[in-house]
Amino acid sequence: MQCPKCGAPMHTYNRNGVQIEQCSGCRGIFLDYGELESLTRLESQWSQQAPPAPPQQGYPVAPAPAWGAPRHGGHHGHHGHHNRGFGRMLFSS
Amino acid sequence: MSTPTVRALGRFASAEAHRNGGPCLCEGLADTPAHVLADRPDATVVRHGPVVAKAHAADTDPGELSVRAGVAAHPALAHVLLAPLTRSAVTADGRPVTFWPYGLPVDPRAPRDAPWEATATLLAALHAVPTDVLPGPLPPMRGPLKAARAVERMRGAGEHPDARAVEAAWAALPAWARAESPAPGRSLCHGDLHLGQLVRDPGGDGSWRLIDIDDMGEGDPAWDLARPAAWFACGLLAPDDWTRFLGAYRAAGGAAVPAEGDPWPALDVPARALTVQTAALAIAKSVAEHRELDADERDVIDACARIAHLPDELTPAPTK
Ligand SMILES: [Zn+2]
Repeated sequence: MQCPKCGAPMHTYNRNGVQIEQCSGCRGIFLDYGELESLTRLESQWSQQAPPAPPQQGYPVAPAPAWGAPRHGGHHGHHGHHNRGFGRMLFSS
Repeated sequence: MSTPTVRALGRFASAEAHRNGGPCLCEGLADTPAHVLADRPDATVVRHGPVVAKAHAADTDPGELSVRAGVAAHPALAHVLLAPLTRSAVTADGRPVTFWPYGLPVDPRAPRDAPWEATATLLAALHAVPTDVLPGPLPPMRGPLKAARAVERMRGAGEHPDARAVEAAWAALPAWARAESPAPGRSLCHGDLHLGQLVRDPGGDGSWRLIDIDDMGEGDPAWDLARPAAWFACGLLAPDDWTRFLGAYRAAGGAAVPAEGDPWPALDVPARALTVQTAALAIAKSVAEHRELDADERDVIDACARIAHLPDELTPAPTK
């Protein structure tokens, strides 16, 4: 499978039973909505229990709160997005 | 464009820059708009050559400001906070003025160069300073107060369809995070950390220092990590940058989060408060400027809506 954003090959890894596709080029992460809900549920459990087992391969996903933005390749290509908000949002009170 | 406060600060800064006499070689910098670094009710900042003069808010408590300036000047913080120049002044309308050396700020146009590690390391050092060696009494850190004022400003701006989500997220916060009861934590905190709060030390090797002492005080050190945490959670800060920041903070022994494992139990309440604060200011500004919210502001509002709809079991108990 190839990344729909940059065309580089996708790597699949499994995190606590949830399949995650991560691009080897732009590092974008692609999940289905059902998988996103599973991950969100798992992460909120992690916040109350022991730290998660490391993923078998690929890059770990930084823990985020249950109310965090869905990190879904189609909606949040986070590189371009991050540059757009940088100047104003990250420099003011 | 130039207000009486700006003109007065220009004269103050010029006098301070040239207190040893000699001609001004700063090429008439004092009153040019390029050297007005800020002009808001809570902070008017004017640069003349190597000197920055800052008029603080009119309601600033002079005793608290003096303690905070004393902390910034303390040797224990020489490598963490920019130290003020020794003199002070007052504007005609009663705003206290402090003087600072000018240092180069972070470049907002160069996200790849943002000093995340330096920011994290400075915060870890700030949080580690034993407060009993510092001037006192140390006032409370004012982060929760700033969040409360942002919500007040949104309420005063007028109707907005997204205000309900922000109000709901605000109502779900514990009282201390809304400045309605004393906050936990006894660490020295910056209180308003963002990337505009770092400059290169002009007197030393050019390493980064924290500036802006107005909200500094005793409190929960997680509040100082809450803005980057909120940006990450809202999708505005790339996971890589967040990981660099948090990793450097932990590597420096920072007290706000456990050394390993999930940091979110410690960060969640302050990060939600900063998300509400950012959303409330976005709404207030968009109403005042008669414009739509932009995509970044929309992301922060959307996060408030998700907070407001969190199932109860995912909302940490407001015990802290
Ligand atoms: Zn001069």
